[in-house]
Amino acid sequence: MPPNELTTRSIPGQPRTLSQESDMNMHSMTVRGKDRYKSGVLEYRKMGYWEPDYEPKDTDIIALFRVTPQDGVDPIEASAAVAGESSTATWTVVWTDRLTAAEKYRAKCFRVDPVPNSPGQYFAYIAYDLDLFEPGSIANLSASIIGNVFGFKPLKALRLEDMRLPVAYVKTFQGPATGIVVERERMDKFGRPLLGATVKPKLGLSGRNYGRVVYEALKGGLDFTKDDENINSQPFMHWRERFLYCMEAVNKAQAATGEIKGTYLNVTAGTMEDMYERAEFAKELGSVIIMIDLVIGYTAIQSMAKWARRNDMILHLHRAGHSTYTRQRNHGVSFRVIAKWMRLAGVDHIHAGTVVGKLEGDPATTRGYYDICREDYNPIRLEHGVFFDQHWASLNKLMPVASGGIHAGQMHQLLDHLGEDVILQFGGGTIGHPMGIQAGATANRVALEAMILARNEGRDYLHEGPEILAKAAETCTPLKSALEVWKDVTFNYESTDMPDYVPTPSVAM
Amino acid sequence: MRVTQGCFSFLPDLTDEQISRQVQYCLENGWAVNIEFTDDPHPRNNLWEMWGLPMFDLRDAAGVMMELNQCRKVYGNSYIRLSAFDSSHGWESVRLSFIVNRPKEEPGFRLERHEVAGRNIRYTTRSYAADRPEGRRYG
Repeated sequence: MPPNELTTRSIPGQPRTLSQESDMNMHSMTVRGKDRYKSGVLEYRKMGYWEPDYEPKDTDIIALFRVTPQDGVDPIEASAAVAGESSTATWTVVWTDRLTAAEKYRAKCFRVDPVPNSPGQYFAYIAYDLDLFEPGSIANLSASIIGNVFGFKPLKALRLEDMRLPVAYVKTFQGPATGIVVERERMDKFGRPLLGATVKPKLGLSGRNYGRVVYEALKGGLDFTKDDENINSQPFMHWRERFLYCMEAVNKAQAATGEIKGTYLNVTAGTMEDMYERAEFAKELGSVIIMIDLVIGYTAIQSMAKWARRNDMILHLHRAGHSTYTRQRNHGVSFRVIAKWMRLAGVDHIHAGTVVGKLEGDPATTRGYYDICREDYNPIRLEHGVFFDQHWASLNKLMPVASGGIHAGQMHQLLDHLGEDVILQFGGGTIGHPMGIQAGATANRVALEAMILARNEGRDYLHEGPEILAKAAETCTPLKSALEVWKDVTFNYESTDMPDYVPTPSVAM
Repeated sequence: MRVTQGCFSFLPDLTDEQISRQVQYCLENGWAVNIEFTDDPHPRNNLWEMWGLPMFDLRDAAGVMMELNQCRKVYGNSYIRLSAFDSSHGWESVRLSFIVNRPKEEPGFRLERHEVAGRNIRYTTRSYAADRPEGRRYG
């Protein structure tokens, strides 16, 4: 089937795929009545976990899994097993089902498609009734959907690709503590991406030396600096030292430029009590922003998001650890699902890829992540890996962060790929500047402002980018020198995670 | 020093032609452009004085440029900025803001430190110019 035909399809209520219509799996095989509950083992597809005629309700949560069954295992049975094991089923029939409204609580796999160009892999669409989930809890949502099925023996591999979160469920979450619009109002920065840098080296700087890097970068023109994910409280710099020296740097840079500045103070710690203590201290010092790492866990993230909302704090999330389960295409959880969960959980910033930098990021897939962060409505877009229409019901928008191996010479490409509501973080690209950190920051800021000016003037900035930068460098030596040093730096490797559907150009009329 | 608030402060001061193109970009996006001025450029002073109302329903940047020139005649030695407002749902705030006029001299800000317990410091940023009454701050 031509992929563009698929893009016109939507769930629910759309026509089934050819694969389903062509075999016996198109009808429900569910055993009903007394026979359903006879002791013993029954295939999952006969227990009510495969219901090809089921029309998902507007309030259902829908999960899309990439299922790779073991050799000889029927894909429908494998998909029904995923539905079963992620909802009510166990390996054998239990009579206690009959004490419950079991049919309602059974997750229902209603569609299975072969994955294009990937023999042995199937997309399974599974609908879950809203009553299966605790309101406002990512821990409960994830425990249900990914809690039990990923080690299931009949499967070689399993990946959660995407989820449709009904408005009724979205509305049970706070969402981003601050959101893009309010963050821009508080920071008094409009019309351009924000600029940041992660302090380097990641480890070893004393508080005093660390503050130096923050001051130079902010004074030179960045809006934010950032602690790295593993800067917490170590022998070379305890957290209070870092916070105190960083806030001196922020305030001094603010006075030197007349602009609002911030530094993401990482409050990640071993216990919630420690994190709250660090967050309170950041607040007492007047910081506008704190940060946490993804590895603290979903509940801790939600707690910090509520704290951030109560205390007018922007909350930055570093997605530390995500690549262990997001990167490989056949197993794990797609980052687009993590992005959706984090928008619900309530962080304000999330690292979502650079496309052109040193870390994994196919352009189309990354575009899908950015849309999930920033739009109020995501239409189905298979070519970006977005499988469902998703309404966000005015939940705050989440600012994506592009970080890792980017530099001023790529400014036109970054603006083209990532748009305006993004934080561009040039760590090495600021601190590694031959003329010093301030010069590095200035180079990035001048490159950015020149590119925005050109874009707004209607110029073809993507193609004229190098020329626009060269012109801006005529009056800015730091930019000239940055363009010279990093002119040949690119990271061109094949992506490991790309959309399965590519748009085919339509025939010209 | 140079106050670097706004979208284009790191570039050489924009010419009127450049300003006009930015205004046209805003108008084509359906945003209403407002002229604002102040002699208190404190980083947290978001309430600059309004030169009239945001210009709704305007099509041509020339209208804004005419008003800007009027504003410059009166407040030529103050900070003047253009802000574009987007009324669409989910945004309903400023989309672009940039400085289009500055005082001849920008004395900048003093950082005051009030030392309190636990090595903590309370910071206050003060504009040198704001020591004088409003309207008499930049000569």
